[in-house]
This record gives sequence, C-alpha cells and structure tokens, in this order.
Amino acid sequence: MTPEQIKRLIEAVAKTVVAEADRLTALDQAIGDGDHGLNMKRGFEAVLADLDGLSRKPLPDAIKSVGTHMVMKVGGASGPLYGTLFLTLGKELPADPTLADLAKAFATAFEAVKARGKSDLGQKTMLDVFGPVRDALSGATADPLLGDRIKRVATEAAETTVNMKAIRGRASFLGDRSIGHMDPGACSAALMIATIVDTLETL
Amino acid sequence: MSKNVGIVIVSHSPKVAEGAADMVRQMVGAEVPVAWTGGNPDGGLGTSVPAIMEAIDKAWSDAGVAILVDLGGAETNSEMAVEMLDGDRQSKVVVCNAPIVEGAVIAAAEAASGAALADVKRTAEELSPQ
Repeated sequence: MTPEQIKRLIEAVAKTVVAEADRLTALDQAIGDGDHGLNMKRGFEAVLADLDGLSRKPLPDAIKSVGTHMVMKVGGASGPLYGTLFLTLGKELPADPTLADLAKAFATAFEAVKARGKSDLGQKTMLDVFGPVRDALSGATADPLLGDRIKRVATEAAETTVNMKAIRGRASFLGDRSIGHMDPGACSAALMIATIVDTLETL
Repeated sequence: MSKNVGIVIVSHSPKVAEGAADMVRQMVGAEVPVAWTGGNPDGGLGTSVPAIMEAIDKAWSDAGVAILVDLGGAETNSEMAVEMLDGDRQSKVVVCNAPIVEGAVIAAAEAASGAALADVKRTAEELSPQ
C-alpha cells in the first residue's frame, strides 16, 4: 500500500469511530460504565493527530502505532484489547499482505485479544465479532463479493450479542439484565471492520 | 531503595486510589514503597497505561512490585503496563487478584515483614474467594 492509501484507511477508521462515539457510549450506558465511545474517541483522536507520521511508515508499523495509541490513550479495557489487536496485526502482517496473510494474522490477533481479556466466544464481547470474521477470512478467496460477505458476517455477529448474557466485562455485573442490548465492544468492532472493507474497496 | 516489595494501587477513581494509599501508609509508614494512580488520560474515571507505568517506577523495589486493582479495565491496563516494562522488570511485577483496599493494606503489611513478592501476592489473594 502507498502512504496515501495507508493514510486514507487509518483516517477512515478513526473518523468513523469518532463520528459514532455517541452511539457507542449510549450502548455502554445501557449495560456498562458508559465510557466506551468517549474512550475510543480519545484513542482515535490521538491517531488522527499522528496521521501524517503514521502514514509515512510501512503498513505493519503504521498498524502497530495505531495499537500503541490505543494502549496509551483509551483509558478503559478497550485500550489494551484493541491495542493488542492492532499490535499483533502489525507484528504478524508483512509489508504487502495477501488475503492469506491477513487471515493468518487475524487468527493470531484473535488469540492475543482473547488472552488479554481472559475471555472467550459467547461471553458478549468484541470476540463474538472477531471470531466469525476470523472464520470467514480463513481459506477465503479474493472474489468481488468477499468484502460484502465479511461486512455482513461482522454486522450479524454484533447483532447476535444482543441476546447474549455478559460473562466478561462490566456488563457481567448485570447478569440477565445484560440480555437485550448489543455489546458496545462488538458494535465498535463491527463498525471498524465495515469501514476497513469499504475503504479498501475504494483504494 | 527499599528492600521490601513495593505496592501500586490502580483504581478507576483517583480518590479511591489515593484513599487506599493513605490507609496503607497508616499501616506501614515508609517501610514499603507505595504509589497510586487513578483516572483515564483525560482525568475522568478510568485508568491509564502510562500513568500505571509511572506508578510502578515510583514504587520500584528490587524485591518487586505488587499491583492492586479495582475493576476490569484497571486489571487489563495494569497487565498491559507490566508487559510494556523492560524485560528484566516484567518478571518482578505482579497483578494481585484481591479487593483493592483490603488487598493493598494486607499486601503492604506482608511486604513490611520483608516477605518475597510471591508471598505478598498470595497473602493478598487469600482475601478473594477462589
């Protein structure tokens, strides 16, 4: 990817999260401590402030730097979780990744996030989006409909968290009352994945 | 530098963290290095990885540092902060699975006796139902 493409990709993700911060916060107010949108916004505003620096780096280093901003700036559990996702992707991806490289790196990143959060599938977390996306990427071939498939998988996976009972995170304190609301982390994960797909298709 | 294990208190609330540190001080005085941090990078409720790294540095002891945390994000951010330390320091810092206030006080009391890091952690964790 060219520096201009890297810039457009990271900028699109950051701007989407910033624009959707209120929605993420509203979801978190329902079942958590109500800071997810604000925290993610703080992290991605730091990314936007560093956009020129980031896009001068090779893709893996740029992704790692996004991870570092998340870790240093977010201030909630989503900081180290998304930080670990991006740091691992940056470590695992080659400079010019193929679809197979992406599938492999994403699977490794999934495991890293799972370990960081001491969580697993079905616990109403961002993993419930990353898991199905990992599965959809695994062995996928680059056909024109792949992007739409990945987006649909991510969006539907976020929807499945509505009916889950939270086992990890602040929402788990609510027990059965966590059922009926989408997990904010699953929502932000699906949002970012959809933005990445949309942006990659325009590059 | 103290030869006793240091204690770091990480709460979402700076008031809770500072209050817990006051209670530790009352118990062990200056025998145990104690540092606290609370609040996200904007000063709201939350925790901050760079601030936790700074607190670990402040409470540093060659015997190690035990971290007491309150809720989820404090634990995850503390574990992240530990991983970002220099390699030789990482193995000397532990996050305790214990109630933050009681855990900090009992961990500090144990540390003041010159106990090793693993014993300080175990003593604090005896407060948590397994």
